[in-house]
Amino acid sequence: MNGKRNGSLRRLLEPKDVNSMSPAGKMVTYGLLAFWAAVVLFPLYWVLITSLKLPIHVNDGPLYIPFIDFMPSLHAWEYIFFELGNDTLRPYLNSIVIAFFSTVLAVGIGSMAAYALVRFQYRPRFASVIAFLLILAVVVWMTIAVDLHWSLSVAIGLALFFLFLNTLGKRFQTRVGNDDILFWIISQRILPPVVAVLPIYVMFQQMRLLDTHIALIVTYMTVNLPIVVWLMRDFFASIPMDLEESAQIDGASRFQILLGIIMPLAKPGLAATSLFVLILSWNEYLLALFLSTADAQTMPLLVAAQNATRGPQWWYMSVLIVIMIVPVIVMAGILQRFIARGLLIGAVKG
Amino acid sequence: MGPPAGVAGGREIRRPKGRSSGMSLWVDRNAQNVLILPAVLMILAFSIFPLLMSLYLSLSRFRLVKGGYDLRFVGLRNFKKLVLGSEQYHLLGTFGQLTFWEWGLMALVVGFFAHWLYRFATSGRFWIFGFIGRVVTAVVLTGLLLLCLLVINQGGFPGTLVVTMFYVLAGVAVQFTIGLSLAVLCAQPIPFRNWFRLIFFVPMMVTPVGIAYAFRMLTDLSIGPFAPIWRALGFTNVSWAADPWSARMMVLTGESWQWIPFMFIVLLAALENVPREQVESAKLDGAGEWRIFRDITWPTIAPVAATVVLIRMIEAFKIIDFPNILTNGGPGIATESLTLHAFIAWRTQDLGISAAVGYTLLFVTAVTCVSFFNFVGRRLRERTEG
Repeated sequence: MNGKRNGSLRRLLEPKDVNSMSPAGKMVTYGLLAFWAAVVLFPLYWVLITSLKLPIHVNDGPLYIPFIDFMPSLHAWEYIFFELGNDTLRPYLNSIVIAFFSTVLAVGIGSMAAYALVRFQYRPRFASVIAFLLILAVVVWMTIAVDLHWSLSVAIGLALFFLFLNTLGKRFQTRVGNDDILFWIISQRILPPVVAVLPIYVMFQQMRLLDTHIALIVTYMTVNLPIVVWLMRDFFASIPMDLEESAQIDGASRFQILLGIIMPLAKPGLAATSLFVLILSWNEYLLALFLSTADAQTMPLLVAAQNATRGPQWWYMSVLIVIMIVPVIVMAGILQRFIARGLLIGAVKG
Repeated sequence: MGPPAGVAGGREIRRPKGRSSGMSLWVDRNAQNVLILPAVLMILAFSIFPLLMSLYLSLSRFRLVKGGYDLRFVGLRNFKKLVLGSEQYHLLGTFGQLTFWEWGLMALVVGFFAHWLYRFATSGRFWIFGFIGRVVTAVVLTGLLLLCLLVINQGGFPGTLVVTMFYVLAGVAVQFTIGLSLAVLCAQPIPFRNWFRLIFFVPMMVTPVGIAYAFRMLTDLSIGPFAPIWRALGFTNVSWAADPWSARMMVLTGESWQWIPFMFIVLLAALENVPREQVESAKLDGAGEWRIFRDITWPTIAPVAATVVLIRMIEAFKIIDFPNILTNGGPGIATESLTLHAFIAWRTQDLGISAAVGYTLLFVTAVTCVSFFNFVGRRLRERTEG
């Protein structure tokens, strides 16, 4: 055909062989990828350079490139770190402590449960589960409506439940299995935090724990437990049984096996899950809004509060955003080779 | 990585020594319960118990009185107020008139669901709970569609329920489309793809509050980086925050910017599991890119796609940071999500309404997500496996 005339065009549009792309295709691909990289990076770049601007540089209209359009200054950084000092450091430390401990606890307790759901068979009676929920409802009603002290109503509820277990409960034979328990745990994620947070607020108020680290750590931990169980279960399921059996024959206890054999093998999963949970706790906003006011205030609240007084002061706000992002990115850089695999296993099997 | 050498035979593991053997023996014998109980107890204490307490709150009226508070059981009055009474404009919105075509669309949807239910009832797989579940799905989805149509017409104004549905459906659709496109581009064997992958992952780690402020800065018409463009186009006197739809689009953009990476990273990992040989032989047979995607790639990644969409839907229903920071719920209530609605009610000490809004959110989330899981996710998975 007219191969000669169209030779150069064809070379542009057709790949050399099956596995490579045509130069034009490559161009389009790189163009699109570069465009998206710009979409991702530009807001971050803007935040970073805004943190180096003086108020006058911001208010005069957009200035794009440091050293050319404007002289960068550390004025906002000095203000945040030295003039505000403790007002910045306290929320920062709060955030670190709360995110760290809630992640460790969630990953610990969640992995234990995930491991147990893989290795043991649970067969609770369906009737006992229903009875438990009904009795719990009665306890709630007695506490709020009848105005009984909560410890008394909990005691009554427990007594009722054990009475049921040992008498009527034995007649019902329908049981639920591991998959039902797993589904129940994971489905907790559907629960909007705003539904649970009102009573949690009241609970912590009663225990005088409002606005403390403990309140936030415990709440974040519970909120993140379902994710940990979901992701970790599949890692544990992929570890062969015989390793454990030989250790068991040698007389190692369950916990020695779990800590000495299983956990080291599940390291990639633990890393990815921890990072994911850590990011969620570090950035959490709604629960902190309800449960902390001053002493346990976390960074997202501090950033959000910047708007309140004299209108948005973009330069200070940008510094706060930068110091919130940096640790997470560093962590992710360290753990990045685990992330995709970790998230994928949960998503594929879940 | 393999098992650590010293541990493999189990000899290195210390046996329980005498000192606390009673306790540790007991723990070991009851390992089954000891391992799972902490998680179950925590969820009971901080999810199930609050859930029941919230239910009670949503059925009662809360008032601050001298030296304490007064909580009175009022039945369904809170829900009545939200659905039919003085709070209707807030939750459901203001209703307009349906046009002729929209009535036609409604009739079509009702017909579709009726046919669907009929087919299930006459198929061999009929069972009563399955039928009830399908009826609930059909009724709720039809109701939500009717609500959406009612409020977008002339004279109507969407309430928080429709706005939340908009964030969820439009947001997840946008995130999935862009996330999948980026993943397909990045899955190709090109140099530097790992760099792109790393960069694309970053937005997920940025705190939503920070993103919201960054977007406010970027979209500022006088000091934002695009100000010269706006000025050239003559948009100096308008504000995107003053128009309901542009404000909602801003919230959607911020939310999508943050969550596209999640879709991207999981879908990319799924794409890398697509069998290479099949793709290559199809290419040798002369199949086009689109056919390869439709017949080989999509069936392999469909279950993962269903799962990430489900996860994102569950999380998207809880949206609060973006509307609260970016637009403060405004103009008026135009960008308010259900969670923000509940939070505002809580701040004004209206605990009953707050809990009722929360329960509405829970109900809508549960029905939508369970329906999606049962009727879309499971089907995609079965088709792949079968």
